[in-house]
Amino acid sequence: MSATVVEGRRASVDLSVPIFLILGLLLSVLVILPLFWIIWYSFTSDGGGGFTLANFAALVTDPTLVRAYAIAIGMAFAVGVLSCLVATPMAWLVARTDLPGRRFFRMLITASFVTPPFLGAIAYEILAAPNSGIVNVAFRSLFGLDSSTVLVNIYTFTGLVFAIACFTFPYVFTLVANALDKVPSDLEDASAILGGGAMTTLRKVTFPLVLPAMLAGTLIAILQSLTMFGSPAIIALPAGFHVITTKIWSLFQFPPRLGLAAAAAIPLLVITVMLLRAQKAILGRKGYTVLGGKSGTPRINTLGNWKWAAMAFVLTVLSLTIFLPYGAILKTAFTNTAGDPITWETLTLRHWRFVLFEFSATQLALRNTFLLGILTATIVTAIALVTAYLVTRRSIAGAGYLGVLATAPVAIPGIVLGVGLFLSYANPTFQLYGTLWILLIAFMTIELPAGYQQMSSSFAGVHPELEEAGRIMGASRLRTLWDITAPLLRTSVVAAWCFVFVGTIRELSATILLTTANTKLVSVIIYDLNESGDLGAICVLGILLLVASFAVVYIANRVPVLGGSQMNARG
Amino acid sequence: MWNKVFVTAALVAGMATATIARAEAPAPYNVTPELEEAAKAEGKVVFYTATDVAVAEKLAELFEKTYPGIDVQVERAGSERVFQRIGQEISSGINNADVIETSDAVHFEYFKRQGWLQAAVPQEVADKWPADERDPDGYFAAYRAHLSVLAYRTDLLSEADAPKTWTDLLDPKYKGKMVKAHPGYSGTVMTATYVLSELLGWDYFEKLGQQDVMQVQSSTEPPKKLAQGERPLEVDGNEYNIFRLQEEGVPIRIVYPEEGTPLAVGNAGILSKAPNPNAAKLFYSFLFSLDAQQLNSDFGGLRSFHPEVVEKAERTPMSKIKLLHSDPVKLEPLIQEIKTHYEQYFGT
Repeated sequence: MSATVVEGRRASVDLSVPIFLILGLLLSVLVILPLFWIIWYSFTSDGGGGFTLANFAALVTDPTLVRAYAIAIGMAFAVGVLSCLVATPMAWLVARTDLPGRRFFRMLITASFVTPPFLGAIAYEILAAPNSGIVNVAFRSLFGLDSSTVLVNIYTFTGLVFAIACFTFPYVFTLVANALDKVPSDLEDASAILGGGAMTTLRKVTFPLVLPAMLAGTLIAILQSLTMFGSPAIIALPAGFHVITTKIWSLFQFPPRLGLAAAAAIPLLVITVMLLRAQKAILGRKGYTVLGGKSGTPRINTLGNWKWAAMAFVLTVLSLTIFLPYGAILKTAFTNTAGDPITWETLTLRHWRFVLFEFSATQLALRNTFLLGILTATIVTAIALVTAYLVTRRSIAGAGYLGVLATAPVAIPGIVLGVGLFLSYANPTFQLYGTLWILLIAFMTIELPAGYQQMSSSFAGVHPELEEAGRIMGASRLRTLWDITAPLLRTSVVAAWCFVFVGTIRELSATILLTTANTKLVSVIIYDLNESGDLGAICVLGILLLVASFAVVYIANRVPVLGGSQMNARG
Repeated sequence: MWNKVFVTAALVAGMATATIARAEAPAPYNVTPELEEAAKAEGKVVFYTATDVAVAEKLAELFEKTYPGIDVQVERAGSERVFQRIGQEISSGINNADVIETSDAVHFEYFKRQGWLQAAVPQEVADKWPADERDPDGYFAAYRAHLSVLAYRTDLLSEADAPKTWTDLLDPKYKGKMVKAHPGYSGTVMTATYVLSELLGWDYFEKLGQQDVMQVQSSTEPPKKLAQGERPLEVDGNEYNIFRLQEEGVPIRIVYPEEGTPLAVGNAGILSKAPNPNAAKLFYSFLFSLDAQQLNSDFGGLRSFHPEVVEKAERTPMSKIKLLHSDPVKLEPLIQEIKTHYEQYFGT
């Protein structure tokens, strides 16, 4: 290597170090500041502001808090198990059998990620409220039963578990289906050659190989439901019980008990960290299963006469998770009250007129939601891209810490982050409360891990040779990243962008503590309207939100600059 | 931060009310062309309210029609939520709201002590409002009133089967049939819970808690649950929402028990740091105008203290109903206790 090249490289400014420092600082502030304030406040007395352990004592002695935790944990595990039991056979049927329409089913379930769980919960209020629920009304009129007969009641613990599982099972489904795609078919072939029947192969070869993905998916479902705010608030409160997230939220009522709220949030954080470690341990130990690369196309099992049973199962699940809820939302948006039968007289556009022309919050909320969604998606994707680059290429000593910082927020439940951000920025020093900035910070923090995971796993697939070529030709690191690496990754970039965007517009648990009149979001006005029982208006807003989200995702996938690529399964 | 603010404020306020002599209410003001001009220059007014969103938006529409060029931003939530929001905002140094209105009278005593309100008396209030229904120092006045009522679906429950008194609700035959709103969310229900616990004792609520009552949040919601047919009977909820549903043809009847029906008074006031001070004054004065009050009555079903408001004939006039009045000064120290009791008996 000649001296001139070295000279040349010194002359052009390498921005790696300053970018590393700025990113490190930014991520630290995002993650550490809210956690610091939560811990600080948890030791602060609500009465006078002095140091106290009373908040932690209350965690053990206050029966309402203990009960809220017990119910939340029970609910989360039930959701995890139920999601896994439903998702695994579904995944196997669409990934490894000749079930008719399996591609379509898979696409449908992936698309159902866009449904905000709180909207699903409201749809189930309309469907399965004990007296007015459409399912109960239909059941009664079908069998001529009197009004005291109740087939299903969503306002119960089991109802809550069901309503959440309907909208968390796609996590397990996606992970298991992807794992099934990657199970090396030679292992299954070997089993078949050695005389193992279809069931034996499934039981002894395929199933053990995807077990880690099932467990990991189940843990994600548990985590999602444990930290969820919207669905429990909509279903558990009418049923007369709290889960921990709604309990923490209630501590913000006047007079606010911030110390207790902070202390109540800490076990949630600890449980989340433990679950994530468990997930990592499971995936780490059996990592050989799905990471071994593909060997041939996956074997497709022929269902034969089982086809009809399988079809019935898949359609039942899809009805419960997609067709019925969406049908209920559509019906309610166009009829006077949710309980009305559909006739020409009950069809009305009054809810549309109200939402579009009379309700003054609509426009502002839609604008804020999409502004924040697009901003968050863009910033997070950019940060994730650069961070993943620095980490996977290890161009700077200590870059690994950036990866840790970027992943850390995954351990912070939304409501805990909401508490932390409120304590950090809602004071006369920062005065960010009441601006869109605090929401942007919240969304960036929440979505960063997802974006980062996407980007870092795709970086692993791009060989550094091409980048090295660019560097040898004299381009700076950033220029190489921009000109060579980014275009190679554009499918992943678009997928990450869409994933973050969808995640942002369905967020409620941190948002609920951080919005004010001028920073309303669609999710929050839906929640507000739910508290006053305006189901028609909610359904109209829900439809607007879903249509607009699909439109944005569609456009993002079609913009020529971004490569017009397909959105991948995880995105 | 803001818990400290509350504690010190509560202490200071306690002393303040004890020692400082009452200030005089300011002279009443009229809507002058200058005020209108200045309000138009500001172009908008932000209204934090606990009135049902459809009613509040209707009122905003009338204002925008009366004073073109000034937009009303309606921020509707339950009284206690509005209270929480304004508290969080003011202690974070944010001044968003111009005019505020909730149905929990305690809030206005509190706002006044904190110095969050500015004294302003529209001419209409000075001339026509009963002295009981406005602050003697001119910081707020009763913009609306409504009852928290017992009501049932006449097609799902016959008149003979319907409850006549509050204690009738403890009858096992109503188990699983009732819906009620939450005092932690609704100022109306906080007021109602307080007066009924004074009247009937907490063991009444303890027994009611055994009746498998559906728990909703806002006092606007139980009437909507009746309309939806989700429950045939409401324990509490806004009378005005029932009026509105009756006019839409939903078969609901209100029961005014002999023991009395809780009255919730919704005060309104102008915030001292209102970002649009002139529009705030204009809007505040508009709230008490005959037009607005008549609209509240006709469209909203609200009760008005304006003597010239004519109520629809089919509504039982307030003079014929035994009312249970709440004393905000006595209620305030009991709020936490009421919530604790409530959570114990009703689960949330």
